[in-house]
Amino acid sequence: MTERVVIAGAGHAGGAAAALLRQLGWKDEIVLVGDEPIPPYQRPPLSKAWLKGEATAESLALRPAAFYPDAHIDMRLSTTVTGIDRTGKTVSLGSGETIHYDFLIIALGARARRLPLPGMDLANVLELRTAADADKLKAALGPNKRLAVVGGGYIGLEAAASARALGAEATIIEREPRVLARVACQILSDFFQDFHRAQGVTIELNAGVQALEGAHGSVTGVRLSDGRVIPCDAALIGVGAVANEELARDAGLTCDGGIVVDLAARTSDPAIFAIGDCTRRPLPLYDRMMRLESVPNALEQAKQAASAICGKPAPAPEVPWFWSDQYDLRLQIAGIPFDATQIVVRGDIASGKFALFHLTADGTVQAVEAVNASTEFMGGRRIVQRRKKLTAAQISDMNVTMQTLAAG
Amino acid sequence: MPKITFIEHNGTPHTVEIAVGKSVMQAAIDNNVPGIDADCGGECACATCHVYVDAAWLDRTGLPAPGSQEASMLSFAAVTQPDSRLSCQIEVTAALDGLVVRMPEGQH
Repeated sequence: MTERVVIAGAGHAGGAAAALLRQLGWKDEIVLVGDEPIPPYQRPPLSKAWLKGEATAESLALRPAAFYPDAHIDMRLSTTVTGIDRTGKTVSLGSGETIHYDFLIIALGARARRLPLPGMDLANVLELRTAADADKLKAALGPNKRLAVVGGGYIGLEAAASARALGAEATIIEREPRVLARVACQILSDFFQDFHRAQGVTIELNAGVQALEGAHGSVTGVRLSDGRVIPCDAALIGVGAVANEELARDAGLTCDGGIVVDLAARTSDPAIFAIGDCTRRPLPLYDRMMRLESVPNALEQAKQAASAICGKPAPAPEVPWFWSDQYDLRLQIAGIPFDATQIVVRGDIASGKFALFHLTADGTVQAVEAVNASTEFMGGRRIVQRRKKLTAAQISDMNVTMQTLAAG
Repeated sequence: MPKITFIEHNGTPHTVEIAVGKSVMQAAIDNNVPGIDADCGGECACATCHVYVDAAWLDRTGLPAPGSQEASMLSFAAVTQPDSRLSCQIEVTAALDGLVVRMPEGQH
């Protein structure tokens, strides 16, 4: 009898899981269900190359369109999984169809957090999660256009950089005293703030937003708590993301700000896996649980789920990593600086090529943030993986190569 | 179109066709060849598309040596050899028709 894997969600995680199941020898049915009208694609370029017109639909696609029929992956687009019957092992689709699963992989991602503000429904108040979102943003950018970005996170900073590249004006509005407050250290925030300002971006810090203002149904400005209005032709809201866990929660699966999974990406139901942005997952390196929003995390968990379903050994845990491209800056982060008490700089920050090593009190390197320093990033990843202890003097000595620092 | 053969660490060969101008990594991704992770999507930023290119091939094709970025990334890839390359940095040309690359045991 043939078995069937149903994958709910055709984003980066879901698409990768389908491909990996075939790589690992799954011979039976795969049904891939996605709510967008196009096959799985890469989201990271949406705020960068895609926005700037440097990417094509073909280059964005995770796999060529012919891959899915060739690999006998039954792709159902423009529809969603609306319910899970765990007893009967079926899912219901938005189309009204009910289909059986032997294994279910939930890969529903996260959605942009919405602000409960007046004016959110005005035209050109935008978010950036999907290719369709990116197309709307792209249409609103260009010379003499003004973009207001609410939220100084990675999406906001990348969109502001792309807006500048397209000749538009950009203002970043951040509630906290610094950009990247939730995801990076002060040194990095300062560096990126300075860099963006030098590129002509206006940054408003400690700035609450009161309302989006509009005329004729379209946004014309962002009103701040201090009463000032930042005029704009489009407002991008980038204030974080919320895990799409409702489907799992309604089915009685354990959720805790993300669908709780183990190191095989298995949920509290052994026949159901969850991968990517929608999960709260163990980080064995740091002995805790966390929700990660990144492509490497989606790929790692896709590999975990596909391995478990195909009866293969679990892949070795990876060091979490992230990247962000802004202007000609490439930020790469290896690890997460839990419990770090000291930051050691390697390289010269003013030169725009440096790395920040985050150490705990006993000298264990928890994370490395590297700007235009891929060698430091790669070496850092290895150092973090091996729980290596280093001293500030060793790290900051540029006469000691990263290869030497990472060795042993 | 040029043909490229990927040999998995367990010896399983996969011969695929790829258009000139694309990368060897893309040939693996487009054809779902196991063993090439390509986490960063071909940006020379993660070293998870590591392959071994036979030295005889390097001489025959006049394949340019790794750039400094690639060499630096490779120095941290798993189980490197003198013939290690990142497949995202090898552009497919007509001269590479028949290229054979072997895969390391793992990419992480």
